[in-house]
Amino acid sequence: MGELVTKSACEELLPLQIGGVQLSELTQTRMTSLAPKRGQEDALSDVLKGAHGMALPAVNRATGREGARAIWFGMGQVMLIGPMPDVALGAFAAMTDQSDAWAVVRLEGTGAEDVLARLVPLDLRSGSFKRGHTARSQLQHMTVSVTRVGEQAFQIMAFRSMAQTLVHELETAMKRVAARSAS
Amino acid sequence: MRVDGKGLVDRTTPVSFRFDGRAFLGYRGDTLASALLANEVKLVGRSFKYHRPRGVMGAGSEEANALVTVGRGAAQDPNVRATVQEVFEGLEARSQNRWPSLDFDLLAVNDLAAPFLGAGFYYKTFMWPKAFWEKIYEPVIRRAAGLGALSEEHNPDIYEKAYGFCDLLVIGAGPAGLMAALVAARAGADVILADEDSLMGGRLNSEVEDVDGMSGADWAAQAVAELDMLPNVRLMTRTTVTGAYDQGTYGALERVSHHLSDPQGRPKECFWRIVAKRAILCAGAIERPVAFRNNDRPGIMTASALRTYLNRYGVAPGRRVAVFANNDDAHRTARDLVAAGVHVGAVLDRRRDAPSSDLFEVIKGAEVCNTAGRKGLENVTYRTLAGEDKIETDCLAMSGGWNPTVHLTCHMNGRPVWSEAIQSFVPVEGMVPGLRVAGACNGVFSTQGALSEGAAQAVAALQDLGMTAVACDVPEAQDAPYRMAPLWAVAGGGRAWLDFQNDVTVKDVKQAAQENFRSVEHMKRYTTQGMSPDQGKNSNVGALAILADATGRGIPETGTTTFRPPFVPVSIAAIGAGAQGAGFAPQRFTTSHKASVARAAPMIEAGLWYRPSYFPTHGETTWRQSCDREVTMVREAVGVCDVSTLGKIDIQGADAATFLDFVYCNMFSTLKVGRTRYGLMLREDGTVMDDGTTACLGAQHFVMTTTTAAAGNVMRHLEYVHQCLRPELDVQMISVTEQWAQFAVAGPKARALLNGLLEDEIDNDSWPFMACGEVQLLGVSGRMFRISFSGEHAYEIAVPARYGESLFRLLVERAEALGGGAYGMEALNVLRIEKGFITHAEIHGRTTAFDIGMGRMVSAKKDCIGKTMSERPGLHGAEREQLIGLKPIGDVKQLTAGAHLFEVGADPIRENEQGYTTSVGFSPTMESFLGLAFLRNGRARHGEEVVMVDHLRGVTARCIVSDPVFFDPEGGRVRG
Amino acid sequence: MRLKCPVCGERDRREFYYMGDAVALQRPDPEASDGVWDDYVHNRDNPAGVTRDLWYHEGGCAAWVVVTRNTVTHEILKTELAAHAPKVAS
Repeated sequence: MGELVTKSACEELLPLQIGGVQLSELTQTRMTSLAPKRGQEDALSDVLKGAHGMALPAVNRATGREGARAIWFGMGQVMLIGPMPDVALGAFAAMTDQSDAWAVVRLEGTGAEDVLARLVPLDLRSGSFKRGHTARSQLQHMTVSVTRVGEQAFQIMAFRSMAQTLVHELETAMKRVAARSAS
Repeated sequence: MRVDGKGLVDRTTPVSFRFDGRAFLGYRGDTLASALLANEVKLVGRSFKYHRPRGVMGAGSEEANALVTVGRGAAQDPNVRATVQEVFEGLEARSQNRWPSLDFDLLAVNDLAAPFLGAGFYYKTFMWPKAFWEKIYEPVIRRAAGLGALSEEHNPDIYEKAYGFCDLLVIGAGPAGLMAALVAARAGADVILADEDSLMGGRLNSEVEDVDGMSGADWAAQAVAELDMLPNVRLMTRTTVTGAYDQGTYGALERVSHHLSDPQGRPKECFWRIVAKRAILCAGAIERPVAFRNNDRPGIMTASALRTYLNRYGVAPGRRVAVFANNDDAHRTARDLVAAGVHVGAVLDRRRDAPSSDLFEVIKGAEVCNTAGRKGLENVTYRTLAGEDKIETDCLAMSGGWNPTVHLTCHMNGRPVWSEAIQSFVPVEGMVPGLRVAGACNGVFSTQGALSEGAAQAVAALQDLGMTAVACDVPEAQDAPYRMAPLWAVAGGGRAWLDFQNDVTVKDVKQAAQENFRSVEHMKRYTTQGMSPDQGKNSNVGALAILADATGRGIPETGTTTFRPPFVPVSIAAIGAGAQGAGFAPQRFTTSHKASVARAAPMIEAGLWYRPSYFPTHGETTWRQSCDREVTMVREAVGVCDVSTLGKIDIQGADAATFLDFVYCNMFSTLKVGRTRYGLMLREDGTVMDDGTTACLGAQHFVMTTTTAAAGNVMRHLEYVHQCLRPELDVQMISVTEQWAQFAVAGPKARALLNGLLEDEIDNDSWPFMACGEVQLLGVSGRMFRISFSGEHAYEIAVPARYGESLFRLLVERAEALGGGAYGMEALNVLRIEKGFITHAEIHGRTTAFDIGMGRMVSAKKDCIGKTMSERPGLHGAEREQLIGLKPIGDVKQLTAGAHLFEVGADPIRENEQGYTTSVGFSPTMESFLGLAFLRNGRARHGEEVVMVDHLRGVTARCIVSDPVFFDPEGGRVRG
Repeated sequence: MRLKCPVCGERDRREFYYMGDAVALQRPDPEASDGVWDDYVHNRDNPAGVTRDLWYHEGGCAAWVVVTRNTVTHEILKTELAAHAPKVAS
């Protein structure tokens, strides 16, 4: 019969370390998109709190922590990352398994902001885009989700099929930033 | 020559470089222009049209004469301003627009032909015969009149782009800019201070004057050091803000490594898009030349440029200098030269009331009326009431006054106003929302004035931002009044240059006026004044004054041309940085990509996706052999094809079915759980938008598939219909294209293949045609759809993408064991043509449901997008070109896509066209080429003969018209 | 150019897809006359001045946005979610 083996989106591409910046993949995480049914946002938030310990995030915000996070993911969309979703959520939201749909990477280190400034048309300065802030935007030509998960750390999500391009773009920008900071 | 004890260049670090092959020495901190002048190289280029010898005219980015090519081979940069290019060890620069050499340029013969080459000459002379323009005149003219050339090779240099954000963008780091940045930064605002120069300070580095009791250059250095310490300040040297755009967006070009011998991975340039809540323009002013006979000789430069070379670079551009001016400011040039021990012949001042000096001779009421010296200035002739006289001089500093650098304020259509006081244009408030103006670019020419206004505008900008300025004193500085009298052109014969770069003279502008090109915009286009790389920075105001005079109008009435971005030339490579090669567009790879490549499958791009064309096996030398085999394999055994690229949209919600009924022309609310249905989507104008199957996975839960190419469009359309037209519907949608790796398993042995993998065996009763549902295979939950794009008994099986590669390998392995294997796009295409299935080759944006034979799918029981408009007259009936099948029946057995159809015996011309082919392929099943085509009234013409003519490829074939379904018209095989 | 997405906030124009006149919100009754449908699907004004059009925040949150702006001054006067915006300019 054989068996099915898994392969992550950025397998053979990551991790990378260039200058003071690291790029690594977050693999094998359960990801579920939650789209609140009409008028059920508050009820959904309560269930989410009870089941997974985090409230439904506001627009442009992420709740939870490493390992169990809810990220605002667009109009009427939240991505629950980490836990197996409680079935009770289904009463208030359309739930869709997205565990394999996104390449999820973590960009970390001094200069991570400078790397993204070469790719993302967003104001990501630490004063305007703080830990727990998230945005749907573009990285070069790709639509992405960007979340600040630490002082110098960002989580970036792009379509799985574009993983190679995502890594290429980030790697290129990391090289430029490293070259500039070398004196 | 160098002047001891002067300048800010690093005399301890000599740098060797080459110009036109000759080796020279400069110092770190020199520009190419200053280093060449230090080496007494005066001739640096040839002019655009007349190939006149030219030397350095200015000291900034507005330089009109000293354009050179830097570097060699693929990486060479043409039209680099020698006044901006810093010297570095190993720099190699060449002069341009000369042949065979700068010193002896054959095309200088143009200069002798000058009487014939004035404004409009080309327009008038090379009109006829018309065909000659493109092939003969234009190429010849372009070769003769030119700037530097590109290498025409792929540019290997690295370019970069970046986004910047700040509270306040300060453009220019002269006294006004530094002061503004200091005030804003001390108040805590996020400040970006950008300056073109490698050294901030603006003219403070070029003048001998004190600020706050120290030299201007020292004060600037101190201010920069303070700013550099602050975490809320980003200092950007070598950065030109090139354009002001909507909503506080500014373009800026940073020259990152033009000055480095070895960039070590740094980009050459970075193009910044800076979003600033507020901005202050402190761009300074540009000194304007005066037009007089032969004012373009090497050795003639602006008075301020001369001071820059002397005071900043420690270079005297001549040994015997004369000054020609209409203002007090230019007298500083003579003062500084004398103090440095350089001989000053005289200051020739047009004004009779010019100030006198103890240090040098001032000849009042004098104007220069001619110069001599072909490759370097030898003497100037000047005129006073007493008559003409000559001064022997190798360098003439000229000044006609200053023009505020208002360019950026005009980028959003604002118009500056004429100031009588300074005889130039000044900005008015609000020309660019959020942009304030301070210092010389606002017509405030004293250092004290610039410092004060810089501070004041920063305070005002802080107020706009809701911030409070920290009180600070404006340092004391030079506060001399700006005294000048207008002087545009000296009367007399000969040619007096206005636009040095484009060789436009006073005569040309007068001629334009004479020929009734009186509008400033017409004059510009007729003479090409202001159209050179300097975009008229040196010549616009002067040319305008001449035009005003020639047309008997005042300058304000004559108006000015529009300054458009970019302020300095920007390389396309910088604007498009990152979009070369792999960065051009995202590449989308399926999970089976590697496995397909390992099987030597050539890839074809489908939108952003890469899909295998075919899978060659041993002995196959052409794609057709592989394709034929794969088609036969699917028809006779089983084939496996990755179909993950099709768009998949998860649709849930109480009103999901209602929503589908509205976006599809056929009915979906009747679709039962566990069943799949083909759907056709129309645009609101009644033409077909897309097609695909939609599966009902549960109550209120559907998965829609779209074509690969239209996945994004369909998602956008669905969101549009929901949000804009039916916001009351409770529907949740999300793309799941990326979540699932999906494979078609097609052929008579498809079920046999799957039954080896699925946990529960399937048969025709449990999984009939168009069934769908969840399945378990090898411990993984997947989805299966019994749908077919080949006309064979087929399934599409989907697993989470992480298992995709593994499942593909397994499916192919098992298919091969059953006499089948993988198939690619070529075979997929032939299989669907044999069945008359459509793709976007058929639903190409101009065809209706009626045209493709699906008119009856448009449900009469409900409204849907596109329904009303699809019923318009003209969108159905015998006049429409309708989908048909074509088969060659004559000697020519080949069909081509995009060919045209004609009645037998008709002349194959446009007027007789009856239709066109959309898809063709060779069918090994039918042993013939097959084509899908649109033919006028085609459905009524089955059995008729037509002629296919492909004018492009030279193919003419007699064909028979048939139903588009060639193979298994009853559809028995899919149900088997 | 920057647009304020009613959901995400101010964003670069490159994140948006431009559709055209917000007249698209006023879908006629299926039985309305040919003239009404022609106006809805095909006929558009090209105003020098205030205009109201539809943009899609495709590179962002996927909101359809009604943008009221001035084609002469480039001023953005108002942005609203299409789902909640009045069908006709108020």
